[in-house]
Amino acid sequence: MVRIALSVDGQQREDEVEPRLLLVHYLREQAGKVGTPVGCDTSNCGACTVEMDGQTVKSCSVLAVQADGAEITTIEGLANGEWHQVQKSFKECHGLQCGYCTPGMIMAAVDLLKENPDPSEEEIRDGLEGNLCRCTGYHNIVKSVQHAAANGGAK
Amino acid sequence: MTATETEPQAAGRQASVGQPLRRKEDARLVTGKTNWTDNIVLPGMLHMAVLRSPMAHARITRVDVSAALERPGVVAAYSGADLGDKNVGALCVWPVTDDMVMPPHLALAVDKVRYVGDAVAVVIAGNRYEAADALEAIEVDYEPLPPVLDMRAALEDGSTAVHEDPGTNKCYTWKFGNGDYEAAKAKADRIITRHYVNQRLIPMAMEPRAVVAAPTGPDGEVTLWSATQIPHIVRVLMALTTGIPENKIRVIAPDVGGGFGSKLQFYREEILAVQIANMLGRPLKWTESRSENAQVTHHGRDQLQEIELAVTNEGKILGLRVDLLANMGAYLHIITPGTPLLGAFMYNAIYKMEALDFTCTGVFTNTTPTDAYRGAGRPEATFAIERIMDDLAAELGVDPLVLRERNWITHDEFPYTSIAGLEYDSGNYEAATARAKEMFDYDGLRREQQQRRESGDPVQLGIGVSTFTEMCGLAPSRILSSLKYVAGGWEHATVRVLPTGVVEVVTGTSPHGQGHATAWSQIAADALGVDPDAVTVIHGDTASSPYGMDTYGSRSLVVGGMAVVAAAERVVDKAKVIAAHMLEADPDDLEFKDGAFGVKGSPGSSKTIQEVAFAAFTAHDLPDGVEPTLQANSTIDPATFSYPHGTHLCAVEVDTETGMTKIRKYVCVDDIGNVVNPMIVEGQVHGGLAQGIAQALYEEAVYDDEGNLVTGSLVDYLVPAAPDLPSFDTDRTVTPSTTNALGVKGVGEAGCIASTPAVVNAVVDAVRQFGVQDVRMACTPERVWRAIQEAKAGGGGAADGGDRAAEGTVAYGGAQTDSTAGGASA
Repeated sequence: MVRIALSVDGQQREDEVEPRLLLVHYLREQAGKVGTPVGCDTSNCGACTVEMDGQTVKSCSVLAVQADGAEITTIEGLANGEWHQVQKSFKECHGLQCGYCTPGMIMAAVDLLKENPDPSEEEIRDGLEGNLCRCTGYHNIVKSVQHAAANGGAK
Repeated sequence: MTATETEPQAAGRQASVGQPLRRKEDARLVTGKTNWTDNIVLPGMLHMAVLRSPMAHARITRVDVSAALERPGVVAAYSGADLGDKNVGALCVWPVTDDMVMPPHLALAVDKVRYVGDAVAVVIAGNRYEAADALEAIEVDYEPLPPVLDMRAALEDGSTAVHEDPGTNKCYTWKFGNGDYEAAKAKADRIITRHYVNQRLIPMAMEPRAVVAAPTGPDGEVTLWSATQIPHIVRVLMALTTGIPENKIRVIAPDVGGGFGSKLQFYREEILAVQIANMLGRPLKWTESRSENAQVTHHGRDQLQEIELAVTNEGKILGLRVDLLANMGAYLHIITPGTPLLGAFMYNAIYKMEALDFTCTGVFTNTTPTDAYRGAGRPEATFAIERIMDDLAAELGVDPLVLRERNWITHDEFPYTSIAGLEYDSGNYEAATARAKEMFDYDGLRREQQQRRESGDPVQLGIGVSTFTEMCGLAPSRILSSLKYVAGGWEHATVRVLPTGVVEVVTGTSPHGQGHATAWSQIAADALGVDPDAVTVIHGDTASSPYGMDTYGSRSLVVGGMAVVAAAERVVDKAKVIAAHMLEADPDDLEFKDGAFGVKGSPGSSKTIQEVAFAAFTAHDLPDGVEPTLQANSTIDPATFSYPHGTHLCAVEVDTETGMTKIRKYVCVDDIGNVVNPMIVEGQVHGGLAQGIAQALYEEAVYDDEGNLVTGSLVDYLVPAAPDLPSFDTDRTVTPSTTNALGVKGVGEAGCIASTPAVVNAVVDAVRQFGVQDVRMACTPERVWRAIQEAKAGGGGAADGGDRAAEGTVAYGGAQTDSTAGGASA
């Protein structure tokens, strides 16, 4: 077992973990952050996307020990008093149905808008390529990101 | 209580039905406050892992789990034999013919394994890592048998049998027809025959399956949380298979992350979790990996389709013949044999004809069992008929929309009894088509297509058409009975106005992304004259919603929504009697408007439904014979199906040098009758389009010649990402259904049913000029390119792009390229 110390959604934690433990399993099973789901085992689907030290990562592709000293933000820590604009826009534009991909999709969209505050449709589609959705056909996800961009979502 | 004065509302209450109300579900889902089955943690909970067969077909000669028991954290391990009489079977509830072969389907295979992924043994351990690790220690000896993969070869005499009893791979042959097809054929000017491959697909709901079983009492009482579409049906089947009394089983479908039919199932892991949790007296969790999901969660489609039209020289259809081979896979799941037959009534689509002759043969192979996948039988039917209509139009040299118009039922002919015997209640194909053509700029794109052909542009434009209908709202119980389905198709709802005036709607439908919590609130709110926010929808737990038939087949609104309407009407009826008593009036003199009962012609005195609810709760002064509480139930058995329709137009650009297809424009005008929430409806259409387009261009489950699924992960199985799809241009025409009070038709599957042929028709249209008559799905760049090359080389009929996989593998279970003759076949 290895001791790691990290911040998860603003809360400082110290835990003993197996060296092979995936960050997403650490988040779900030790840190209680079950808002971040697992959708695949090949790092294709992006459902488990979280922010690690300011960059999005697929938390199934990071070992918990690699997150030692890191600052992690999950979907559960994204709202700061009120919902992030991207969360609001996904609801407003019906950018989700079953909601399973949504945590990762929203985290990826937040990151996309940070880098490109006013993306074109093509840039949105390319920017979200690493996140799969089976319900929406992406039509309303694109609309949600456009709506967020138009309403200060890049902050 | 005495009557109180209520100010009449100036403007009245605005109807909620028809409004794009933002979803109630979303607050949890966008913030991560979700309750997926895999989130559940119970005290003392153990984890299950399943050892799966690496061979498609083999005799099991030995299973020894003892070494696994020595591994860290392991609590128990079982083979099928170890479980003994607890190793019960998963059920098929649709014996489609009296002589259908229904082999046993035990939770753990005992004598033989029959597909790669077949469950052989389980380990129960303290956590998921320990359970997975210990699988490696289980020893299994297999004696390999030849895998049966190709449906045609499977039916030949002397083929290895997937099931030695009865020794044939034919599961059933089901025939259906109306009129005299041979007579129609004899009269016809021409016969057009086509062979299409409707490839195998993997549903790939984003949430893999998960199960938690918890013993809750000393007599087998158990609670099962499952990522399922059908908690109610699972409860019944669990009781029937395990012998645990139904009233000791509680099944809960918490948040469920998509299904598309793949969670319309009663799975082995659900049985294993319940049985073993009860044996050990501890809660047990099993969560599927994505790789397991690809391998063992049921697959969809997989048909070889022969379709034939007998037509006049003007393109008038006289008769239609369909002969299907439908791949069952290795075992029969819940509705495996019936799934292709759900399409039997839809091959004739929106067209008038004199004769229909339908045959379907179900075939066992050493592959993952198939079952319902979004549309279930109807996408297959729509694909075949709409593909052959475009091929016929090309043969006749007429515009594909003109050909359809010569055959379709006109709007003034409804209600119309189709050749398949279904009474289509309403529709207007002319209106939907006219609107779609206008949005698409059909004539403009045809002109551009002509220009590109004439200039020899390396990027050619193709235009594909699909004018579809479907039957949805499963299902009238008496029709299910005539099809030998063992259950009914009704739906149940309870509506309660609680003492404080808020409303609970209990529904037997089980949403997993469809937004019922929002839409049912809108329906109930209008019926009761309350705010949708005052309504809470309860679902997916057999303890709180004891009756239900769950969610699939675009049934929830048409059947379940109508149950909500009917229950709410009963609430209003009861409330009216109480209100009349409170107002000292005759119930017949009351009218119910905007949530309040008033005396007709006497403005000023009224009772709100909330006031009535409180009076019904206190029960201090109820009229004689009226029971306390304000609630009512309804169980609706639909009289008939409903028939959404629409016109879908797709323009693709095909790079003839690379074979790459890009969707330039996708327009669909669907007619799903009245709409409860247009925002949700559009979302359903978008998602359906994406899945239908994915079948056309991207997705295909491929087995190698050993029966290994080579598309067993999201690396190999191409679920489209955002850059792979266009935005869609959608609109609706509204021809209300006449068979339910809401006038609704169902929308969940429409986009998926309609879009696949539109896209493939467009691809073929782009390259037909080179002699290509078909491109097999998925229309990958490789296939399109090969089809063009083969056609240019004079390959004629075989120019359809062929198998996907490289030499040495057998794509699609070994089916050979089987298009009929090329452009000269007329």
